[in-house]
Amino acid sequence: MGQRQIILISFLFLLVAAMVSCNKLLPGVPADDSVLDGPVEGLTGEQNQIFLRGDIAFNDDIFTSANGLGPTFVATSCGTCHAGDGKGHPFTTLTRFGQSDTLGNKFLHLGGPQLQSRALPGIQPETIPTGATFSSFTPPANTGLGLLEAVPDAVLMGLSDELDADGDGISGRPNWIHIPAYCLSRPGTIERNGKYIGRFGKKAAVYDLHQQTANAYNQDMGVNSSYESYNTYNGLQIDPEISNQKVLDVIFYLQTLKAPIQRDQNNADVVAGKQIFTTISCGKCHTPQLQTGPSSIAALANKTIFPYTDLLLHDMGQALNDGYTEGSAMTAEWRTPPLWGLGLSRNSQGGKVFLLHDGRAKSIEEAISFHGGEALQSKNKFQQLNAADKAKLIQFLESL
Amino acid sequence: MKNIAILFLLTLSISKGSAQIDPVLLRKPVNDTSRLLLNMDAVYNRPLLAAGKLPVSLGGYVEANYQYLNENGVSEGHQFQMRRLTLFVASSISKRLKFLSEIEFEDGTKEINIEFASIDFELAPLLNFRGGVVMNPIGSFNQNHDGPKWEFVDRPISATQMLPATWSNVGFGVYGKKYSKDWVYGYELYLTNGFDESIISNGQNKTYLPAAKENPDRFEESFNGVPLLTAKFALRNNKIGEIGVSYMGGVYNKFQDDGLILDKKRNVNVYALDFNTTLSRTKTFINGEWAWVSLDVPNTYSEQFGSAQQGGFLDIVQPVFSRPVFGFEKSVFNVAVRLEYVDWNKGKFLSTGDNIADHIYSIVPAISWRPTPQTVFRFNYRYNWQTDLLGNPPSRLAGFQFGFSTYF
Repeated sequence: MGQRQIILISFLFLLVAAMVSCNKLLPGVPADDSVLDGPVEGLTGEQNQIFLRGDIAFNDDIFTSANGLGPTFVATSCGTCHAGDGKGHPFTTLTRFGQSDTLGNKFLHLGGPQLQSRALPGIQPETIPTGATFSSFTPPANTGLGLLEAVPDAVLMGLSDELDADGDGISGRPNWIHIPAYCLSRPGTIERNGKYIGRFGKKAAVYDLHQQTANAYNQDMGVNSSYESYNTYNGLQIDPEISNQKVLDVIFYLQTLKAPIQRDQNNADVVAGKQIFTTISCGKCHTPQLQTGPSSIAALANKTIFPYTDLLLHDMGQALNDGYTEGSAMTAEWRTPPLWGLGLSRNSQGGKVFLLHDGRAKSIEEAISFHGGEALQSKNKFQQLNAADKAKLIQFLESL
Repeated sequence: MKNIAILFLLTLSISKGSAQIDPVLLRKPVNDTSRLLLNMDAVYNRPLLAAGKLPVSLGGYVEANYQYLNENGVSEGHQFQMRRLTLFVASSISKRLKFLSEIEFEDGTKEINIEFASIDFELAPLLNFRGGVVMNPIGSFNQNHDGPKWEFVDRPISATQMLPATWSNVGFGVYGKKYSKDWVYGYELYLTNGFDESIISNGQNKTYLPAAKENPDRFEESFNGVPLLTAKFALRNNKIGEIGVSYMGGVYNKFQDDGLILDKKRNVNVYALDFNTTLSRTKTFINGEWAWVSLDVPNTYSEQFGSAQQGGFLDIVQPVFSRPVFGFEKSVFNVAVRLEYVDWNKGKFLSTGDNIADHIYSIVPAISWRPTPQTVFRFNYRYNWQTDLLGNPPSRLAGFQFGFSTYF
């Protein structure tokens, strides 16, 4: 072998070795505070395995007619509506219809409450029946749900002020709902006339993540489980199309997704913005801090969390009154949405933001401008801020 | 399918296992190299070996590799993969009647496929009949996909995930070629079984033509009784290169069953343009393919399943050292690069009017060594950017692959 050949082969060998050993040629791990997915700290190895199973079921399981999709549905997988476990996009916004007061849904026999707006080939999707009021719901982020679930009912009752006893114009109250038989009431749960406190969903009409998950499979994807066994298309009880184990894995995944991590929290403008947030009373509904109680998952128990919600219903005024409601909520009442993760919304909504229950607000400022009812005073105070203070407040909200 | 493959292997082992064959008895049928070759010739332009008076010629190729890939900072670690073992059996039944089959084992024995098993009957140079399991001539890669011919460990994304390469079906058709000095042109036209509804209802959660390959019945019956038409015209000039234009289309859904109407007929149409050339001065080989897919997606679906896709690849291969090495007289070192792009979903969201993203870019620099023309050792670095439907921050995948592929 000639000298030139040895040089060439040596060069190629060194080039390959240099490339393989160069980590800069490989993508780095995204900063923990820049993504919403990932488990809470402190899970055991066994719990990590369940988390991974749930992760796959949530993000990778795609439903087709062969494995239970439909025949009418809204989406073909959980991950379709919750990209990166973040907020959804208008193209997966779902519609609910048929209930306009606290007496219940009058259109259950016509497909209510949820509109299955998609269908398999040859099948007609649902349409909103004549006379039914409706509202559109943009999918929420999934993060930190287990921590919210672990907040004791007593904490929420402590935050509620249904009769506005303190006279501040804000009167949060729980949504009292009937719960399905498969929901196991959490320790310390509070019951009133056979109803329980709902805390998930735009109207807080869902008791826990078990109900949320079983309902989503059934109502969003048309997939029946033993928990929700009635087909949304024909109303008949059918064999389960998904195992209990898979549903439970997804519940565990949702319970143990970490809470969003605030960014730039020591930035002077963010600190000032947080102060303004408090000063103009945003925190009276968007309660900054909550405490979890006991939990069967040790990593969720007795934690201090910063979700910026009180999980209660508030009258938000006529601008946000769609004429549709759930449980004992009034049509203008909405559950305070958690603000944690708000600044990462762009990363799951395609570089834009679609805020409020139906994504109608294209910026945080526009979302604030839609606030009314109990939030009217805070909105007015926000609008009276100078531009610099508004920017600081927005910067704080973007940091969440 | 597995049983057929096992039977095939047993037959081979019995026929060859009786005694050590004297290499003198082995003969390589001489390929006709005096004439211009098109991609459509690739199926027979393979090294095959005949033994004594055995009525068939045998051949095949194998591909194996190591890879270390990392997606968004997370790696599955070091992976060793046996991607493909492909066996060819060819036979000249008579002067104008020949048979060739290609059976492929992918990822060990995870997939066993008959990729080609056809009788070719020459009526005239411009009129040949082909029937059996044929490779639909859409684009160039589907026809010319043997591992040892490529400098890259992975097959092109557009060819294998947008188009369904390797895509074979049962059917019949005609093909032909004509030469004129520096020019040759050829055509192919086949009617075969086709796609099914899995192309818009699959585990990929997008319009995905390769999903139809999962239908185990497609070599036995058509999903809807409507033939898939595939046609290609290719033209090559000795000094310029080859260009091919191809079309594949038909009904993909089951619109009726037992005489009852289930749905309207929904069509899928695929158009492809391919080109390859070798620059005479630098011996640079350039090879590319671009394809467009359009289909009628039910309006009861969301935009998740695109009604149009497009994508392709461009390979540039530059020989840099063509001298004998380690006793290999025809040894060649190459540097190469592959550029890829696929838009899985061309269109806009009805709700916002924004463009649907759902696309992937890829760049794959490569170094390869061919000790002989039939064998390639290749080192690739891959970098992909994949953006989801909504256009969220892309998922980044990168890593190294080292492997070999050789005819035998």
